[in-house]
Amino acid sequence: MDFDFIGNTFLRLVSALPLTLSVWLLSVILGAIVAGLVTWMRTSASKPLEWFARAYVGVFRGTPLLIQLFIVYYGLASLPAVRHSLFWPFLREPFNCAVLSLGLCTAGYQAEIFRGALLAVPHGAVEAARACGMSGLLMFRRVIFPIAVRHALPPYSTEMISMVKATALVSLVTLWDVMSVALKIRNDTLVTYLPLILAGAIYLVVNYAIGVAFLALERRLSPHLRPRPS
Amino acid sequence: MSAETPALTVAGMRKRFGALEVLKGISLIANDGDVISILGSSGSGKSTFLRCINLLETPDEGVVTVAGETIKMRSRRDGRAEPADRRQVDRIRSELGMVFQSFNLWSHLTVLENLIEAPVHVQKRPRAECVDEARALLAKVGIGDKWNYYPAHLSGGQQQRAAIARALAMRPKVMLFDEPTSALDPELVGEVLRVMRALAEEGRTMLVVTHEMGFARDVSTRVMFLHQGLVEAEGSPDKLFGGSTSERFRQFISKERG
Repeated sequence: MDFDFIGNTFLRLVSALPLTLSVWLLSVILGAIVAGLVTWMRTSASKPLEWFARAYVGVFRGTPLLIQLFIVYYGLASLPAVRHSLFWPFLREPFNCAVLSLGLCTAGYQAEIFRGALLAVPHGAVEAARACGMSGLLMFRRVIFPIAVRHALPPYSTEMISMVKATALVSLVTLWDVMSVALKIRNDTLVTYLPLILAGAIYLVVNYAIGVAFLALERRLSPHLRPRPS
Repeated sequence: MSAETPALTVAGMRKRFGALEVLKGISLIANDGDVISILGSSGSGKSTFLRCINLLETPDEGVVTVAGETIKMRSRRDGRAEPADRRQVDRIRSELGMVFQSFNLWSHLTVLENLIEAPVHVQKRPRAECVDEARALLAKVGIGDKWNYYPAHLSGGQQQRAAIARALAMRPKVMLFDEPTSALDPELVGEVLRVMRALAEEGRTMLVVTHEMGFARDVSTRVMFLHQGLVEAEGSPDKLFGGSTSERFRQFISKERG
């Protein structure tokens, strides 16, 4: 076994991790913001807003992320109107395109997680809040949101982990993330498995950490689900 | 409060769900210290009546006045009523302590946090004062040692007593009880009724929708019997249980006694 080669490959892969993690973090934050808006529309009394939200979720959840990424990266750039707009300096950067398309896609999934979490808030808890004289905003802040967050955490952690894996697609739009470095090493050295296995291990460790962090958060926020104190 | 200003009056309340008219004009005056039991078979409108008082349901017609202040209503374009001033409704709700059949404690908060939530965030009272008062209330309903528990860790009877304490923590002018013992195992009913009886004895103004005939007969100052959205019989418990002129009421109590 060539330990030098293993060590070298590993270091090169790890040095690409910051890019993978930045794409992940920024797209997940963008996704959360957009998902908040979509959830608000989806649960609003306005029919047009509700239908827009349904369509949004349908499209972004129903089409491959790779197609969405290519449309943003190649498709938009082919439109003269886009190239001459004030968005061009932003959309010219592959990094921004990656964050944008990953963020818009995860927003579709996150919006459904949020909606489910809101639906799971017991009606009685809401009614008790109203009966105490809480205004709509106060009730959302103090009762609905805290209960919904606890419902959302388990599916949310799954979505976060999915998104780490989805970042591997950005290797196809010229970004030097962990995946593209692995492919490059593989091409250059003709060693097929080692770079891929090491890259897979790096994703595995990152996702394990995310899973553990979410479990810890869940435990911390849900003492009421633990056994009764003796 | 002067004797002329009742704690709560309701005049001509009507409520319709689609084709079904649930309340067909119900009025009520509760003076300070009155304990009014509202009886009736299921579907008689008694819970709806209670829920219309604090606008958890919006009555189609009727005037609700709490300690002299009338809840302002207006007509929507489609002809249905709605509150004219949301803030006023929120404020009046905070003066009416509501106890639900299914307790409805906030599951993510401890018992003590449940009690201080509305006093601190709705009434904006100092937290320390609310905590002291909440602890005293918990001791009063007999679960002073459970302040740090989550609702899921309490029995049904303890949860309902915590819910009563939560309503009391708002210092309400009137307490509304919506079938407070109907979701409890029979052996837990007594502990909740004891708390309610103690509240009645200290002169709290209470409206109690219930199936507990013993409570209605022994504790309340007045009994109201609803049938198909109307007041079928009303009066002191002695008068009604001693031999009501209403044939329906006599049938009702003989059935409830089983």
